[in-house]
Amino acid sequence: MLRDAVLIARKDLRIERRSRVVLSQVVPFAILVLVLFAFALNADRQALADFTPGLFWVAVLFSALLAIQRATAIEGIDATSDSLRLSGIDPSSIFLGKAMAVCAQLLALEVLLLVGVFIFYDAEVDSSASAFALLVVTAIVAAIGVSAAGTLYGALTIGVRGQETLLPILLLPVLAPVLIGATRSFDDAFGSAAVNGWAWLSLLALFAVVYVVFGLLAYGILMEES
Amino acid sequence: MTPNPTSSSTTRNLGIVTILGLGLVVLLGGFLTEPDDLMGDLVRIMYVHVPAAIMTYTGFVVGAIASGFYLWKRSEFADLVAHAAIEIGVISGVLLILTGAIWGEPTWGTYWSWQDVRLVSTLVLVLLYVGYLAIRQLPVDHHVRARRSAVIAIASTIMIPIVRYSVTWWSNRTLHQEASLTDGKLEDLTLFTLMVAIVIGLVAFAWLTIHRFRVLWLEQQVDNVGLAGAIAERRAEASTGVEAAVTAPSANGDPS
Repeated sequence: MLRDAVLIARKDLRIERRSRVVLSQVVPFAILVLVLFAFALNADRQALADFTPGLFWVAVLFSALLAIQRATAIEGIDATSDSLRLSGIDPSSIFLGKAMAVCAQLLALEVLLLVGVFIFYDAEVDSSASAFALLVVTAIVAAIGVSAAGTLYGALTIGVRGQETLLPILLLPVLAPVLIGATRSFDDAFGSAAVNGWAWLSLLALFAVVYVVFGLLAYGILMEES
Repeated sequence: MTPNPTSSSTTRNLGIVTILGLGLVVLLGGFLTEPDDLMGDLVRIMYVHVPAAIMTYTGFVVGAIASGFYLWKRSEFADLVAHAAIEIGVISGVLLILTGAIWGEPTWGTYWSWQDVRLVSTLVLVLLYVGYLAIRQLPVDHHVRARRSAVIAIASTIMIPIVRYSVTWWSNRTLHQEASLTDGKLEDLTLFTLMVAIVIGLVAFAWLTIHRFRVLWLEQQVDNVGLAGAIAERRAEASTGVEAAVTAPSANGDPS
C-alpha cells in the first residue's frame, strides 16, 4: 500500500514539476497574502510581530486551499481519476499518495512563508532548542492534518461545476481547529503568548490522525463511479 | 386539480400537536411564568433557545446516523432523511445563535463574545453543516451526491468533539449559563414550561423533517421521471426515424 502511495505521490509531484502551477501561482499568492496583512495592519511592526503566528497560519491555509484545488483539478483532466480507478490501485493508497504530495508542497510553502515572516514581520523564535523543535514539529503535524482533510474534501468536489467556490466553504470550517491549535503552538515557539505549545500540538496530532484514518476508510466510497 | 399535499394523518396530527404546543409555550413562557430574579423577562428567551439547541444537535446526529445507514444499505430513503434532518438542524442552529445573541446583548452587554466557548463552537459547527447543504445542491448524479453527502455528514459529526475541545481549550472562559436545569433553582412552573418547550421542539423537529423529506422524495421522483421520459422519447424518435436514418445515419444515435 505504501509503495503504491509513493507512486501516486511521485506522479502528482512530477506533474507539478513539469507544469509549475504551484510554483508560479500558489507561491506568489502566499507572499502576496503576507504583504496584504502588512497593509491591513498599517505596517505596525509591533502588531505584525505580535500576530505573526496567526497571520502565518491564515496565509498557510489560504495557500493550502489553492494547492489542494490544484491537486484535485489534475484528477479531473483527461479523466485521470477513472484511469486511477481502473489501475487496480487500492483507493486508500491513492488517498495516501495524493495527501503525501499535497503535504510535501505544503511543507515547502511553510518553509517559504516562515522565511517571509522572519524578513517581513521581524518574527523571532525563542532561542531554545525546544522552541525550535516545537516550531518544526507543529509545521509538520499541521501539514499532515491539512493535507489529509484537504485531499478528502477535495475529492468531494471532483467533477463539479463551481468547484473553486465549493472547496473553501467545505474545508475552512473543518480546518478551524488546525488554525487555533497551530497558532497557539507557534505563539509558544515565538514567545508571543504564555501558552503550552506542546499541549496544543497534541490537538493537531489528534486532528491529523482522525483525518488520515477517516480518509483511508472513506476515499474508496468517493472514488466509486464519481 | 388540487395539489397533492405532502401530509398524512401522522404528520397532520404532529402538526396539530406542534401548533397547539407552541400556543401553550407562548402562554406559559410569555405570560404565566414569573420573570427571573436576576434576568427579569429576558429569561423567557430560554424557552426558544434551549429547544433550538436540542433540535440542532438532534438534526446533526439523526443526519449522521441516516448517512451511515445510507453507506451501509445504499438506501435512497436514508439519504433523504439525512438531508432533511440536517437542513432542519442548520435552521435551528441559526435560530440558536440568533436567540443567543439577542439574549447576550442586554445580559452580557455584547451580541457576540469570542471568549464564549459555546457561541464559537456552535458557529463553527453550523458552518460545517452549511457546507453539507452546499454539497446537496450539486448538479451531479443522485448516487454520487448521496455518497459525497454521507461522507461529509459523518466527517462533520466526528468534528463535533474536536471543534468543541479545541474551542474550549482556546478560550477556557465562558459567559454562558451553567446548565440551570439541574441546580434546583428554577421554579416549578419555569422548569415545567422549559420541559414542554423541549418536547414541543422535538415534535416540531419531527414534523418539519418528515415534510421536508417528502418534498425531497417527490423532487427526486420528478427528476427520475423526467430522465426516464427523456430516454423514452429519444428511443421513440430513434425507432420512428429509421427511414430518416438512411440519410442521416448518426443523427439520432444512442450513445450507449
